[in-house]
Amino acid sequence: MTKGTSSTAPVVTAKDLTVTIGPVGPKIVDGLNFTINSGGMLALVGESGSGKTMAARAVLGLLPTPLIVAPGSSIRFNNTELVGLPPKAMRGIRGARIGMVFQEPMVSLNPSMTIGEQMAEGLTLHQKLGKSEIRDRSLAMLERIQIKDPARCLSAYPHEFSGGMRQRIMLASVMLLKPELLIADEPTTALDTLVQRDVLDLMMELTQENGTAVLLISHDLGMVSHYARDVVVMHKGKAVEQGLSNDVLTAPKHDYTKRLVDALPKRQAGGARNSTRAEPLLEMRDIVIDYPGRSHLFRTSQPKRAVDTVDLVVGRGETVALVGASGSGKTTLGRAIVGLVQTTSGSISFRGKPLEFGRSETAKVHRADIQIIFQDPYSSLDPRQRVEDIVGEPLKLDPSISKAERDRRVREVFSEVGLGPEFLRRLPHQLSGGQRQRVAIARAIIRRPAFVVADEPVSALDMTVQKQILELIRTLQERYGFACLFVSHDLGAVEQVSDRVAVMENGKIVEVGNRDDIFDRPQHPYTRRLLDAAMLLDRKFDGAAAQPAA
Amino acid sequence: MSVLSLALPRRSANATIGGAIVISLVVLAVLGPQIAPYDPLALDLLSRMKGLSATHWLGTDEFGRDILSRLIHGARTSVWISFATVAFAMVFGLFFGVLAGFLRGWTDRIIMTFNDALLAFPGLLLALGIMAIAGASRDAIVVALGLAYTPAVVRVARASVMSIREREYIEASRVMGNSELITMLRHVLPNCIAPMTVLATTMFGWVILSESALSFLGLGVPPPAPTWGNMLATGRPFITQAPHLIILPGLCISVTLLGINMLGDAIRDWFDPKMQG
Repeated sequence: MTKGTSSTAPVVTAKDLTVTIGPVGPKIVDGLNFTINSGGMLALVGESGSGKTMAARAVLGLLPTPLIVAPGSSIRFNNTELVGLPPKAMRGIRGARIGMVFQEPMVSLNPSMTIGEQMAEGLTLHQKLGKSEIRDRSLAMLERIQIKDPARCLSAYPHEFSGGMRQRIMLASVMLLKPELLIADEPTTALDTLVQRDVLDLMMELTQENGTAVLLISHDLGMVSHYARDVVVMHKGKAVEQGLSNDVLTAPKHDYTKRLVDALPKRQAGGARNSTRAEPLLEMRDIVIDYPGRSHLFRTSQPKRAVDTVDLVVGRGETVALVGASGSGKTTLGRAIVGLVQTTSGSISFRGKPLEFGRSETAKVHRADIQIIFQDPYSSLDPRQRVEDIVGEPLKLDPSISKAERDRRVREVFSEVGLGPEFLRRLPHQLSGGQRQRVAIARAIIRRPAFVVADEPVSALDMTVQKQILELIRTLQERYGFACLFVSHDLGAVEQVSDRVAVMENGKIVEVGNRDDIFDRPQHPYTRRLLDAAMLLDRKFDGAAAQPAA
Repeated sequence: MSVLSLALPRRSANATIGGAIVISLVVLAVLGPQIAPYDPLALDLLSRMKGLSATHWLGTDEFGRDILSRLIHGARTSVWISFATVAFAMVFGLFFGVLAGFLRGWTDRIIMTFNDALLAFPGLLLALGIMAIAGASRDAIVVALGLAYTPAVVRVARASVMSIREREYIEASRVMGNSELITMLRHVLPNCIAPMTVLATTMFGWVILSESALSFLGLGVPPPAPTWGNMLATGRPFITQAPHLIILPGLCISVTLLGINMLGDAIRDWFDPKMQG
């Protein structure tokens, strides 16, 4: 197992930790108590706005103004009381004895400094080492985390590495100082499933070697159940349930925890609709999509093949999930279906006729029949339009629909996606993420399309909201019978909604099959790796992570 | 008041002071002929270069003309020229900028080549050249300065369009089946109004300054009609005997610029989505 058996010495103990907005403001974190022993890992889980990140920042003394730690709170770090510690003493502890890994590896490394300089920064600040010694230590650490050619890495800049590599480097430079406590704030949320596993395993190894205590902040219950021994479930600033993660997550007692666990995508009882005999609606044959190479002054670089000879058929009313790591071409393929990306060769036919996107009459029909739901509801809605205008806009293209008819249909579709009429006049920024995605769905289905491409429609949302949106898509599908290409890297969501699954790797579809076949009897090694890496709550893997150091 | 100051914590100073300056400037410009105590062109050779007094509040110039009246009429000319110039630059700049940014390809290349060529000339030099050809008049100044300031607008408009056209709601509009024109008018244009408004206020200040500079050089509005710039220019020889001849119009220009810049800051904050509820 990956979970560390912790020794008895507590590294950090929070007692009645309360964070408020200003001295009299509302409580963001409300009376939190936890202890982490050396080598132990505690996870704070909760949805956005639950106060988990602010609790961790309170430990670091890095609360954004105007947040303050309320009097009466206590955070003991070994034998030091962190609450009320002067800033100078706090700076000595931060970095040296408490390390932090952030969520976004793309922005947490300074793009204008080499990796070597960034790794050296902490060592020079806290340990007063000589240059050569710093270099040796950095090299040893990079070797330890299996970076190819560590010497070159030291002089390279962050943009030369992928997100996963950057997060490894970030981790390495934090662990270089051998902190007693590591705070990891959603360290892998921005990464792919496969990479996620690698980074977390590495984090476990490094912290176990040094006996570092870990405070993990996450919304991913599956991940927490695999790595953390203890868990605190937070809701609206309060710890609603805490204890051993196995107990809490397998037998939740509090209603909120139950809802969280319940929100984890699960396979629907009764299995997928058997859609093999459904008559084909959309057929893709030998699709190739090249991104043109960047043109330089005298030459044009090689085009990049994003999709490589793909065949895929989606039947009437069925949901086909397209899964794969980022960069596998799944999004490109989805965008090609709605005409946002040109195919280089191959053919797409819709209802037996070639798909058209021009000004022709057929193209108009196809435009109305094929819609897309984008990943990020924050950027897919025009910020200056009212929600009713956003949803009603597709109907304006049909001159036979009167203004009154349009209003009626907008109201109708609003109630279908679960939004009350009070939302009609709102602007997108006045809505939550889940509500925005409902608006985006309403816009996509208002013309009753026969086919919807859903491009990672829930990955930007909170767990319980994800569940609601997935259920909404499913319900609407049952009501209107549209087919859906569900593009996702989240196998949990895929397992919940799909009838068939296509697995993509490097632009090729390596395996297609019914959902149960793919999830229970994967044939291709890549599919197996994906499934292994997916940390689903009910399918524990036997991780190859290092055993805890004695 | 307390509600207002809660809602507008920091930008209130900018908005109130800047707004007050700009509004009084516009009022002066509109009501100028009614408020001005004297005819700005009326000569009174017996009281030349008088200091501040009860009859002539801000004194008289080298021909005995009332300086207050001339400043008020000057405001009228300056404000009219600035508004017209900014409107000229905005209309042409937005048109070409949005076209270049949205269509890209050859349209973009051609527009931007011309634009860069125009940008390569210092704005004032370009205006000078045009004025030299067209002759000095109020309308010629508007065209000359308008042309000189258009390239900057094209650049900013193109940049904001290029960032907006990559957003997903633009793609959503395409997938819906909207034509490029509708997408541009309905989704792209409204979303680049915010940066353009800020640019317009800033530009308003630049234009007042340029107009003054042109008038100072003798290529602006021809005398005897008063503008702040030509008042500066004609007062210059008398700098030792009657410094108020140039201090007063100079002060007007500075205070106006200050007010416009403060208002521009306030408008920029106001358009920031984070500032909206």
